[in-house]
Amino acid sequence: MPNVDVVQWIAFVVLSLLVLGGGLMVVADQNLFHGALWLLVCLFGVAGLFVMLSAPFLAAVQVLVYMGAIVILIIFAIMLTQKMMGQREALNDRWPVGLVMAAMAFLLTSFVLVLASNSPLLAGATGNVTGDTILKLGNSLVDTGQYALPFELASLLLTAAMIGAIVIAREEA
Amino acid sequence: MIDFLVSQGWSKDVATGVALLLGVIAVSSFGLVWVIFGIWLERKFAGRVQDRLGPNRTGPFGLFQTFADLGKLLTKEDITPEGADKFIFNFAPLLSVVAVILIWAVVPFSKEWIGADVNVGVLYFTAVGSLGTLSILLAGWGSNNKYALLGAFRVIAALISYEVPMILSILIPVILAGTMSMQGIVEAQHIWYVFIVPVTAVMFFTSSLAEIGRSPFDLIEAESEIVAGFNIEYSGMKFGMFFAAEFLHAFTISVLTAILFFGGWRGIGASVAGAGGDALGFVWLFIKSVGLYLLVMLIRNTVPRIRIDHMMSLNWKILVPLSLVNLIMVAILAKVFQPDYAGQFQIAANATGLGALLYQFFGVNIVAELPRAIALLIANLLLWVVVSAVLHRFAILDRRRVQDWVEPATVAGEHTASAPAPGR
Amino acid sequence: MQQTNEWIFIGIFFAICWVFPAAPVIMAQLLQPKRPNKVKQETYECGIETIGPSWVQFKVQYYMYALVFLVFDIETVFLFPFAVAFNQVTLFAVFELVVFILLLGVALVYAWRKGALEWA
Repeated sequence: MPNVDVVQWIAFVVLSLLVLGGGLMVVADQNLFHGALWLLVCLFGVAGLFVMLSAPFLAAVQVLVYMGAIVILIIFAIMLTQKMMGQREALNDRWPVGLVMAAMAFLLTSFVLVLASNSPLLAGATGNVTGDTILKLGNSLVDTGQYALPFELASLLLTAAMIGAIVIAREEA
Repeated sequence: MIDFLVSQGWSKDVATGVALLLGVIAVSSFGLVWVIFGIWLERKFAGRVQDRLGPNRTGPFGLFQTFADLGKLLTKEDITPEGADKFIFNFAPLLSVVAVILIWAVVPFSKEWIGADVNVGVLYFTAVGSLGTLSILLAGWGSNNKYALLGAFRVIAALISYEVPMILSILIPVILAGTMSMQGIVEAQHIWYVFIVPVTAVMFFTSSLAEIGRSPFDLIEAESEIVAGFNIEYSGMKFGMFFAAEFLHAFTISVLTAILFFGGWRGIGASVAGAGGDALGFVWLFIKSVGLYLLVMLIRNTVPRIRIDHMMSLNWKILVPLSLVNLIMVAILAKVFQPDYAGQFQIAANATGLGALLYQFFGVNIVAELPRAIALLIANLLLWVVVSAVLHRFAILDRRRVQDWVEPATVAGEHTASAPAPGR
Repeated sequence: MQQTNEWIFIGIFFAICWVFPAAPVIMAQLLQPKRPNKVKQETYECGIETIGPSWVQFKVQYYMYALVFLVFDIETVFLFPFAVAFNQVTLFAVFELVVFILLLGVALVYAWRKGALEWA
């Protein structure tokens, strides 16, 4: 189906632009609140890319958890720190260093990816997933042979994170 | 539809595209047409509840009231306050409407009529619903007004809190149906889930009521405390958009409750293949949704507003623990009494006499699900009784405490033990 | 890509549905009178002049709610695949679920005792 390919291509370009543009504006915008909003644009693009990768579950989670919860948490955190509000000047004047570092990291990653594209390590990582992926995910999460322990540990981790955060926040109050 | 276009000599891709486009327009405009009629219904209903007539001058029975309002809003100057964050200020009302309309993309209107039957349908509508929260945040921020910002933050704290019991109660139909697709959940409801897990249905409905920000949870407006909350600076059509979004959201949660717990489009004759059955299914869903919507309106017009701290306590200290307990209970019982469809089909094939009649009358699926349904219903009723008893007890204690506080003289010898709870 | 048409539908839907709120707002922009003046544009705070910036500092309580919400949100994300696979898993797996929920119940009880859930 050539048309689906065209649609996919257009969708991919648009979503990638959202991710890249959003990400760039997060660091470039000097209003912290606007930065958080640009993060939304970026995350939305990522959700769209997940859909294109046949992972609609992850896409929904991306919107629900990242856009619906984490960004709100970030905005609440911004509102807590009054001094940061409405600040218009640059917070960090060492951005050239960061730029160089980011560029190097990007080059390194792409270099490794190009090198590794033929390596046997990635042989099992590509290929089509068939069947209901959510069903498989659910089964493997509680299968003692697979991810049952990490599943429980995740709960433990969440509990620990919440207790830790409450302890820190309560000290201030 | 696609087949028909292809048979007319269209290419398959174009036919698919056109069909999708028409579907989008059909689904999205249905919601908006309903807004126009529904607002009239709402005002008329509110009038009756409050012992007045409601709109009755514009057209027969005041039917054109909404159009008159629309005309007013269109010609009204909308004011952008000084120092507002312009783009965010203008974008927020659009997002609030879009976040609601997007939900309609996955609503199964009948056996065949559904926008997009995605396999994460339930998560999709929760996720899209959380975008609505963001629109309130944007409105509050963009207005450059303390009331608006305060209102928005208060509302968001409440909305995200109520999302927890809502998502936890959505899990229950998913567990029972074994799928997240909206259509799949409707198909699996041989017995309506409201008869199997009534506690869950009530919790979903309650937390959804909080999500749409209507009375008794209308802190989103709370005109007596924070003037009008997040939309204080909005006027004209932009305010109208917030209003339409709230209204459409209220109807949408009725539809979602009907789908998740009241069998969706299921009803007499709705399973028949073809357009007739589909139309019937649509009518059934509509009847159920309007019925639930009448309930929403009745609650709105009769129950007073809850205080914000009570609202948060209701969520975190009652609904969330209750939904966790409920989840554990349903999971265990649904596993123990898991329906054995294949086995029952075999028995049904070999059954004779009264047994065969039973299978004939109920259908094999329902017979297979009966043990689970009965077990869950009994457990739910027990849970209901226990929770009511506990709540009643707490209410008595709380009332005593309040009385002590108001009239300390009368308490001196009586309730010294019921001092404010220690250890906070 | 699985369910291609479904997601294309949602994509088109997302692109088109902005029209519905945007059209009335734009129409209103064309039809409405525009006579702004200084007093009209002022921030409305019940007639009193605004003091200081509107973007004020908020208390920590909001953050606590958002935090507890986030933890529960992530938890349910784990539970959804489990719920989908419910008909295929064993009774033992259900007890894994119970342990999972009870651990979070501990977190809730802790937050409750520490007063993180109080609106004060």
